[in-house]
Amino acid sequence: MRSYRIPAIPSSEITPEETYVNRRQFIRAAAAMGIGMAANHALPSVVRAQDRWPQGKKGPYDTDEKVSTLQEITTYNNFYEFGTDKADPAKNSGAFKPKPWTVRVEGEVKKPASYALEDLLKGQTIEDRIYRFRCVEGWSMVIPWRGFQLSTLIKRLEPTSKAKYVAFETIMRPAEMIGQRRPYLTWPYVEGLRMDEAMHPLTLMVTGLYGKELPNQNGAPLRLISPWKYGFKGIKSIVKIRFVEKEPPTTWNIAAPDEYGFYSNVNPDVDHPRWSQKSERRIGEFLKRKTLPFNGYADQVAHLYSGMDLKRNY
Amino acid sequence: MTQTQWISRVFKPVVFFLCFLPLGLLVRNFLNETLSVNPLDDITDETGTWTLRFLMITLAITPLRKMTGWNFLTRFRRMTGLFAFLHGSLHFFTYLYFDKFFEWGEIAADIEKRRFILVGFTALSLMVPLTLTSWDRMIRWMGGKRWRMLHRLVYVSAICGVIHYLWLVKADTSRPLTYGAILLFLLGFRLWDAFKPKPATKKPLSTETARPA
Repeated sequence: MRSYRIPAIPSSEITPEETYVNRRQFIRAAAAMGIGMAANHALPSVVRAQDRWPQGKKGPYDTDEKVSTLQEITTYNNFYEFGTDKADPAKNSGAFKPKPWTVRVEGEVKKPASYALEDLLKGQTIEDRIYRFRCVEGWSMVIPWRGFQLSTLIKRLEPTSKAKYVAFETIMRPAEMIGQRRPYLTWPYVEGLRMDEAMHPLTLMVTGLYGKELPNQNGAPLRLISPWKYGFKGIKSIVKIRFVEKEPPTTWNIAAPDEYGFYSNVNPDVDHPRWSQKSERRIGEFLKRKTLPFNGYADQVAHLYSGMDLKRNY
Repeated sequence: MTQTQWISRVFKPVVFFLCFLPLGLLVRNFLNETLSVNPLDDITDETGTWTLRFLMITLAITPLRKMTGWNFLTRFRRMTGLFAFLHGSLHFFTYLYFDKFFEWGEIAADIEKRRFILVGFTALSLMVPLTLTSWDRMIRWMGGKRWRMLHRLVYVSAICGVIHYLWLVKADTSRPLTYGAILLFLLGFRLWDAFKPKPATKKPLSTETARPA
């Protein structure tokens, strides 16, 4: 009779600790998301659970509202250079090359030059800011941007006293941006801010989100964010910054001047001619929320517009 | 089986099933969460688009019949027309509920103030009498001629539908213009058909007027 031998387990069969811990997290997350979510074919619910930005107000400019998921922020975009459907930018921006990148600085400025992006970023304090984001179409998100204050860059570039506005321009690359092959907007996309808006501490030059590099569909590698304005003011994939004396042209204003003004501050009292701006749907919610003046940043920015008729300067 | 039996027992159920597919897929994708992260907007968009598509299919039946001589096509016209109304109603319902949460004051103001809502509302309203008079007894009761006159409202409804789409897009008008081009062709065909020079030979009685549609 043969004696029983304990089978030897080859070391390759032993599950390393981090793997089984991950597996447990996976199952726990899947269970937490419920059966309905587990049936999701597009993206496993676990991915969503992991891609939650740690909640909580850290800086003076952060909102403590519930942060949108990475999936929400990166699959639902208006970036007409990649197509007009919300899913198009994520679908069509894969071939876009945000590196290397050069930004041309020109106009009323003491140091006009072409800067490699790395040089532009040198010495800038990169920080995370959780901002509300309100699209002119009536939906909103809460986004943890990563970037630096535009004001610090402007100070370094030393605009002259003639510089009253800052104009921005998106890259023109129809080979990689299929939307630019069709003229539904005038290309390249241009935007602008008044100097005091550009210098406001809330205004960011964004280089990332969710603690990562900026995805192509969100405007890699460099975009603008002024959270009290409608989303389209946040020009993406910037290659030119020009300091000018007069109010610069802006793309959506060229397309429909009665619908999109230069300022485009979020304002529940001024309707878009075709729809109400009184309320908004926060992505992921069923009921709509009331839209706040200046997107909830009135305390910080309303003074910039004191004395101005906001119904005329929409 | 006779041709009539083939149509009512085989083709009609098949076409009926096909007409339900877009709605079925939409519901499935909603439940599976494979729509976008703004699924309520997707439902509004999809039901609106399919209203237009069913209208175009319905309006394509007569030209297709005249070009091919396949008279049996007419027997599907009521079904596709009713599917257009179904999608239009769902589309309007999503607006009332998901967009306005049945705040009737807001809705009334919206219809009055915004021309793209008004023209869309008109398109749907025009389909109501057509739906109500869609059953056979109504045709007999009204008389074929009057019934046909009334149902020409579908042309106006489709025109309003395309304008509604054209006025609501932000910048890219290619899709609404495509529907406009299709509609122009379908209505243009009718005009051409009505005014084309009649063949010189004298027909005993036009088959067209002898039989109710």
